[in-house]
Amino acid sequence: MPLIKLSGESRTATLACDSFVRVADDAALPEDGGAIVSLTRFRKDRDALLARNAPIGVRLMADESPEQLGDDVHRLSVVVIEFPKFRDGRGFSWARMLRTRLNFKGEVRVAGDFLYDQISYLVRTGFDAFETNFTLEVFTRALSEMSTVYQPSADGRKTIRDLRSGK
Amino acid sequence: MYRYDEFDAKFVAERVEQFRGQVARRLSGELNEDQFKLLRLMNGLYLQLHAYMLRIAVPYGTLSAKQLRMLAHIARKYDRGYGHFTTRQNIQFNWPKLVDVPDILSDLASVEMHCIQTSGNCIRNVTADHFAGAAADEIEDPRPIAEIIRQWSSLHPEFVYLPRKFKIAVSGSAHDRAALKFHDMAVEIVRNDAGEVGYRVLVGGGMGRTPYLGYVVGDYVAKTDILAFLESVMRVYNQSGRRDNLYKSRIKILAAALGPEEMRRQVMREFMEIKQKGTLALPAEELARIDAYFAPPKFESLPDEMPKGDADFENWKKTNVHAHRAPGYAIATISLKPIGGVPGDCSAEQMDALAELMDKFGMDEIRVSHEQNLVLPHVKKRDLPAIFARLSELGLATPNAGLITDIIACPGLDYCDLANARSIPIAQDIAKRFADLDKQHEIGELKIKISGCINACGHHHAGHIGILGVDKKGVEFYQLQLGGSGAEDASIGDIMGPGFGEHEIGPAVERVVKAYLMLRQDGERFLDTYRRVGMEPFKNMAYLDQLYAAH
Repeated sequence: MPLIKLSGESRTATLACDSFVRVADDAALPEDGGAIVSLTRFRKDRDALLARNAPIGVRLMADESPEQLGDDVHRLSVVVIEFPKFRDGRGFSWARMLRTRLNFKGEVRVAGDFLYDQISYLVRTGFDAFETNFTLEVFTRALSEMSTVYQPSADGRKTIRDLRSGK
Repeated sequence: MYRYDEFDAKFVAERVEQFRGQVARRLSGELNEDQFKLLRLMNGLYLQLHAYMLRIAVPYGTLSAKQLRMLAHIARKYDRGYGHFTTRQNIQFNWPKLVDVPDILSDLASVEMHCIQTSGNCIRNVTADHFAGAAADEIEDPRPIAEIIRQWSSLHPEFVYLPRKFKIAVSGSAHDRAALKFHDMAVEIVRNDAGEVGYRVLVGGGMGRTPYLGYVVGDYVAKTDILAFLESVMRVYNQSGRRDNLYKSRIKILAAALGPEEMRRQVMREFMEIKQKGTLALPAEELARIDAYFAPPKFESLPDEMPKGDADFENWKKTNVHAHRAPGYAIATISLKPIGGVPGDCSAEQMDALAELMDKFGMDEIRVSHEQNLVLPHVKKRDLPAIFARLSELGLATPNAGLITDIIACPGLDYCDLANARSIPIAQDIAKRFADLDKQHEIGELKIKISGCINACGHHHAGHIGILGVDKKGVEFYQLQLGGSGAEDASIGDIMGPGFGEHEIGPAVERVVKAYLMLRQDGERFLDTYRRVGMEPFKNMAYLDQLYAAH
């Protein structure tokens, strides 16, 4: 699946190469290179995974809170949040929690079923990588539809109240 | 009234274009109906039995004359010449075409209105006491905080795909006219021991299949902290609310499962974190800025004399005119419950004429009540006779506010896709049975609320007499519930027993009322009598016919 990432200071959307492989729970770990595993696998093989000299990512299902990663979250390069169905909005809270409560600085990636119309909410709540078939042009257009926002969120964007008070 | 600034105007304009794009993608087939459904619902567009239905937000029930005229225009141009005011202070149009909806939204945006979040699994349009800013018993006007909540909840990135819909109500009076305890979350303006004004926050009320009364989660939340507190509740709900079963996904189910103590603990944990970050703190300047929009009109110093008139005027005054905080002023309820009419319906001509009336008597706003009536909040007492005369000409002077014929009813099977039974004909039948005004006055305050299905849009759980339409093998039946209340003495009605057929429910209600008249003691309302004597005597009366038939 193609990957779009927000990169640089300006958080510009760019097509990216996915340097991680997804490793099934019963598959052997690759010799080297980034690997993404389930929370179950991570718990089972935690020490071995962290001892590998390569980046590691954990894939969370919609009912798995990032808090279940404990302090290990800061040793991860990627947290993947899976949307099982676009109408299940827990992932928005998990991403926001990763950013604002856990101060996770790595990549927060969305995978699964999400709509064009949810892209801006994903960005606002802290996702910065997107497994998607949307073209870069379509993806960027989704972000331009609403130019102002009322609420502070994980993206640190200025709110309408900030703009009103000239901040 | 609140006025959009450049930011609000741009926000709504962009939202209209966004929806226009979504409609185009549906019409081109890019979006399937399953995907489009969620998107259109978030903008108030339902697919009903016969056509699309568009629900327009009337934030906290407040409309200007200009906005009312626009609603009349929409009724005429895109619909069948009328609109329907709902139990959530909104207005619905039952016959718009999908292709017209983006243009309707543009028309609405031109008068600072929208359909944002009038449906869908998101924070719905916030409701408030319809006497806000006018009631004699008010601590503070609830509309400023309602407006602040409206802005905060509009396209909130974290809370647009909640487990289920989420309804918030706000009130600032000791007398609860906003049914606070039946809301997912309620904000009650209170004064603490130090005399400061802040908020009490209730969570977990609701109607539907499993009704619950909300409980207090925040005893006293300071003004500056209110958004942080509300956001905390939303976080707990979005993370832990059930998503496996449509009927168990409202916050009331989570609130009941957690219990007040655990709910408070979880909310407080989120709250301390948000408060510490400070991003949602509400500065005093912002509160003052919003407050200023809702400053009351300059009340003239008038003699506090209530004009007298003929019997019709006196009857109307008795029920439809209420105490105002300013001497010489009154609040007037415009009943949308003519005997035999459709509760909440209003024609384009009536809307235009009301706008004219507002202009003529210098009133800059009108309210929609959750009881599906309209309210003129600031009327000079001396103008009451002229206003009454004009309302009479318009068929809007039914003198029944709060009486047994002031019935709340959902659209029911006549329109609604979800309904099991018709509500409107039942409301019409009952109103006709009690059409005699002397009889209505003899009965006194009695709130009948009718829902055509378990979703309870007609608030039957909160009716002194509640009626629930059910489908039994393709036949409509109606269950009676007694003893509910949506006021400060909130309670959930008790189910009486087996349902009545469509022709039996009217007579059964008559017998229940007859029982009340026999049982009541000095000055008791129906609700008081029911609470004193319980179900048994009412039940015996209600099923009397069946008893005879059985023997």
